[in-house]
Order: sequence, then structure tokens, then C-alpha cells
Amino acid sequence: MTATPSNPASEPIPDAVRMHVDGLEMRYGDFLIQKDLTFDIRKGEVFIIMGGSGCGKSTLLKHMIGLIRPAAGEIYYGDTPFWAQEEDVRQQMMQKVGVLYQQGALWSSMTLAENIAVPLEEYSDLSAKTIREVASLKLALVGLAGFEDFYPSEISGGMCKRAGLARAMALDPDILFFDEPSAGLDPISSKLLDDLILELRDSLGTTIVIVTHELDSIFSIGDNCVFLDAETKTMIATGNPRELRDHSPDPRVRLFLTRGQTDGHEDQRESEQVKR
Amino acid sequence: MAEAETARISTAQQGDATLEVSFSGAFVLAASAPQQIQALQELPASIHKLVLKDEGITEWDSALLILLMEIKQRCEKQEVELDFSGLPKGAQQMIQLASEVPERKGAAHDGKRDSFLVRIGKKSQSTWGEVTGFVTFLGAATISVGRMLTGRAQYRHSEFWAIIQECGPKALGIVTIISVLVGAILAFVGAMQLQMFGAQILVANLVGMGMVVEMGALMTGIILAGRTGASFAAQIGTMQVNEEIDALRTMGIPPMDYLVLPRLVALVIMTPLLVIYADVLGILGGAIIGIFALDIPPVLFFNQTFSSISLWHCAQGLIKGSTFGLLVAIMGCLRGMQCGRSASAVGEATTSAVVSGIVMIVVADAIWTYIFMTVGM
Repeated sequence: MTATPSNPASEPIPDAVRMHVDGLEMRYGDFLIQKDLTFDIRKGEVFIIMGGSGCGKSTLLKHMIGLIRPAAGEIYYGDTPFWAQEEDVRQQMMQKVGVLYQQGALWSSMTLAENIAVPLEEYSDLSAKTIREVASLKLALVGLAGFEDFYPSEISGGMCKRAGLARAMALDPDILFFDEPSAGLDPISSKLLDDLILELRDSLGTTIVIVTHELDSIFSIGDNCVFLDAETKTMIATGNPRELRDHSPDPRVRLFLTRGQTDGHEDQRESEQVKR
Repeated sequence: MAEAETARISTAQQGDATLEVSFSGAFVLAASAPQQIQALQELPASIHKLVLKDEGITEWDSALLILLMEIKQRCEKQEVELDFSGLPKGAQQMIQLASEVPERKGAAHDGKRDSFLVRIGKKSQSTWGEVTGFVTFLGAATISVGRMLTGRAQYRHSEFWAIIQECGPKALGIVTIISVLVGAILAFVGAMQLQMFGAQILVANLVGMGMVVEMGALMTGIILAGRTGASFAAQIGTMQVNEEIDALRTMGIPPMDYLVLPRLVALVIMTPLLVIYADVLGILGGAIIGIFALDIPPVLFFNQTFSSISLWHCAQGLIKGSTFGLLVAIMGCLRGMQCGRSASAVGEATTSAVVSGIVMIVVADAIWTYIFMTVGM
């Protein structure tokens, strides 16, 4: 193995808070999206951000990975407040973070190997040969061995996503963010991706944050979650998704997690109408 | 059903306040609308209930539904009770579904225009936003150039050379065609006037000066705006749509360094070279006309040309050309970075990059020409 995790998971401190979101408020101009978001993400857990369409899940992700500055509140990586830092410090902090975008977001002018090489070229002094080896390894890890010299336009959407994951893993990040990983994948590919995510967590101790509304994924891999609600514009639940499904006091959360199978059937129909 | 039965509607009064409407035949969009619909246009005020009945509807599609929705709306307006339980089950369900969610007020875009003052206000607000956006971009680009000069900018050298190749050598073909033709046109137009004084030889001066000071740079600038500026905007815009730029940012790579800087520098380097090439080709184009159409001896023509233009004239053209290259690159990259997150936004960004690029080229040309004139060399 040419790459070893920069933070070996040999001694995980139990319940160490890896990320802390404190009183976050998100706006587009005057339009409030979500407010009063406060939650912890612990080291080595699979954390799910969920909620109905248009509630601001992806926007929350963009705040957490430093693309949008919060209107109020702060995001802590460990003990370090992220947005209080200067831009170059923030850029440095982002090197510990990997992001898999919805469509992979591979740079289309480069081959897969070159895509993975970019962060390595920027942030390491490795030789071109070693970089190439690391790229091949990462591609092999996501099941794309032999695709080094393909361009993103030459492979399928699901493969683009996996290659995007390989790129996100290039610098052996501590935290991996996934924006709707199963969107546009068939059930089997999406299951394989879930397995891969768990594998990464277990072998490298990577903390995983996933934006999704796929119930299958939520229950099979989620350790902890936050539930965003579009109407009240804040989080209405946090905790283990399986427990929330069975024991949440809030009918809206149970409704979502059971696909509207609870007694609240009529409510959903109504709220659906109000939204339209 | 080879011959669709024509759709028929008949009405019959039942008691004082009830009107029975019977439907029969085929209610399909392809067939013509039944005549009796006119009869339902105006319900007499005495009617309080409308009963719709199926008296042998052979087939139906959206045509029947449109008709029913119309009747339903009329009934609601006139507060007439409507009973369509006698109609086909499927049609009833469809009507139910269509009426379930009430029409959203204000959802349909109303054609109401803002008042004159409001429009002026909105326009000036958005113009101000444009200006601040442009200035911010210029500032960021300048900082980025500073980083490059101190060797701290993050960009791929292979990408830079690819851009150089794309905006320089690959533009030679079209620059050749345009400048030869423009040189020839200048010669023709000049010759017609100068012939009146028997001063055809001055065509050489006209073409030389015209190309070197003005047309070489202007034509190159416009070609670059249409070719390279558009491609910059489309490339960066598409990257914006695909979240590729977000991916750069989250990797701690400033897109300004990685995408904008190599494009700016490449175009600023390549434009003057293209302008020199355009000047030479333009003079050649003029010479073809001078030598073959006006019978000026080649040696005389070229001597006359070179005696008329000075190094300062060439410098003027090159200064203009570099400015144009810079403006084209800035507008292309700026529009690309400002691009929205949809396919149509990429199209708009491209159009806007070309249009604003050309406008800025012409404005900059006017400003430089004025400056050179007042400097008076």
C-alpha cells in the first residue's frame, strides 16, 4: 500500500466530536432556508442529513464544505471554528475533507487518473510515478481498475460517481461528504456504493456525512442523523434513524421515515397541497 | 372502430330546476366538437341542477375532460349543482384529480408590468450589481496574477499550453481569411476615391496605415471575442453547472488561479502575435489588389507601404490588440464564472461574453484612438 491513512483509526477516541454545527442559519439573500441548526458529528460515524425535497439539505452541505458562508452561526472542525479563519487557513482545512458531488463533478478535460492526480500534485511532493500509482490504487478501490486513461465522458454515470469518490479519497481525508450518493443509480449500484462507504469507515476510520432521502440507505448505514423540515425551517429531529422511525415523538419524522405508512396519511396529502 | 360515431349532446329539462344532459358518441380530440355545446353556453337562471348522463359514449379522451371542466367551471360560477355520477368512471376520477389541488393564485405569471419608475430602479440596481461584479473579478484576477509572478499560483502547466495552442495557432486560419479580405477591401475602397486624383499609389499608404493602426487589431479582437471569449465562457460555465468549480474550491484550489489565470495570460500573450500576423496578411491582401488590379509595381507598392508606417504606428496597433485580448479574456471568464446552474444559463453566458466583449473592444478602441491622437505622434 502506498497510501496510509493520515490519521490511523487504531485508537478512536470514543464519542470524540469531529464536527460541530452551532446555531447555523442559512439564507439566500433575504430568503431564509434553515435556522437554529445545532448538532454534533462524532468521529467514525455515518451521519445522515435528511429531509424532504427543497428543505435545504444540499445547501447545508455546501455550508459545511466551505462553499457558502453562513448567515449566522459557526461550523467547527474539531475545536476550530471554520468560518472565523482566514481564507488560506480554510483552504488548508479543506485538504482534510473529501467531497463526492451529485454527478461526480469530475473535471471533464482530464482523464480519471489526472483527476485524482490534481490534489496530489497540489499538496504533496510525490513523484509523477508515485502519483500515478496512488491514482491506480484509488481507482481499483472503487472498482475501476484499468480505467485510468478514460475521460469522464467515456464512462457511465455510476462509474463517474465512483471515480468521483476515488478523487475525494485521494488525500486520505478524515471526513468524506456525499451529496445524494444514490441519486440516479440503480438499486444494486446504490447498494454497492453503500457497502463501499461502510468499508471506508470501518477500515480507515473516516467520518462520513451523507445528504440523502433514500430510506434504504438511511436505515442500512446511518448511525446518526439530522432531519430538516421545510415548513418550520429548522431541524426537527436528530439521533439514530432507526430509533427515530420507531420512537420519534414527532409524527412528521415518523411519516417521512415510513414513507407515509403511519396514521398521518391525510396530513401529508394536505401539506403536499399547501406546498403546491 | 373504423367510423367513430360523432359526438352528440342533447339536453332535456327535468322538472323545474333540473337540466339533464346526455352524452353519446365518440368524444375524441381528433373529431370535431359537438354542436350542442352552444346550448350549454348560457344556462337559464331557473336551472339549479345539472345532471350529466352517459347515453352511449363509445370512446373518450381529453376532449371529454376539457368539455367537462368547462361545464364544471360554469356551474361553479352560476352556483348550479352538478352531478356527473352518470358518466364513465375513469372520466369522473380524472375530473376529481384535476380539481383536487385548487389553482394557485398568482402561480400563472400575470402580465402586469412594473411601473416606469420601478423598472428604472430595478435596472439601475442590476447595473450596479454588474459593475461591482466586474470590479471584484478584476481585483481577484489582479491578485491572482500577483500570485503567479511570485510563483505561488496553482495551475497546471499542461493546461496552460493547451489554451495557448487553442487561442493562438488554431485561430490562424480564420485570422488569415479575414485580414486578407479586409486588406483587399481597404485597397478597393481607397482606389475608387484616389483614382479621381490619379493618386493610386497612395492605396499603399491607406492599406498600411489602416491595417497596422486600426483594422489588424480590431479584426483580431472581434475574431477572438467570437471564438475564444465564447469558448472560455462556455467551458467555465459548463464546469459551473457540473459542480466542477465547487470541486476545485473544496480541494482548496482557487478557481481564479486554476481556470481564469491561464486563460487571461494566454490570451494577453497570443493576441499581439495574432495582431502582427493580421497586419502582415492585411498588407498582402492590399498588395494583391494594388499589384494586379491597379497595376502598381510590387517594389513600388511595398516601398510606399513601409515608408508610410512607423514603429510607433505598429506599437499603437499592438497596444490596442493587447487591450482587446485582455478584455475578451476577462469577459469570457467573468461570464463563465457568473454562469447559473442550468444548460440555458451556459448559452446566455456565452452570448453575453461575445456581446459584451465586442462592445468593450470598440469602446476601448475609441479611447485608445483618442489618447493616441492627443498624444499626437
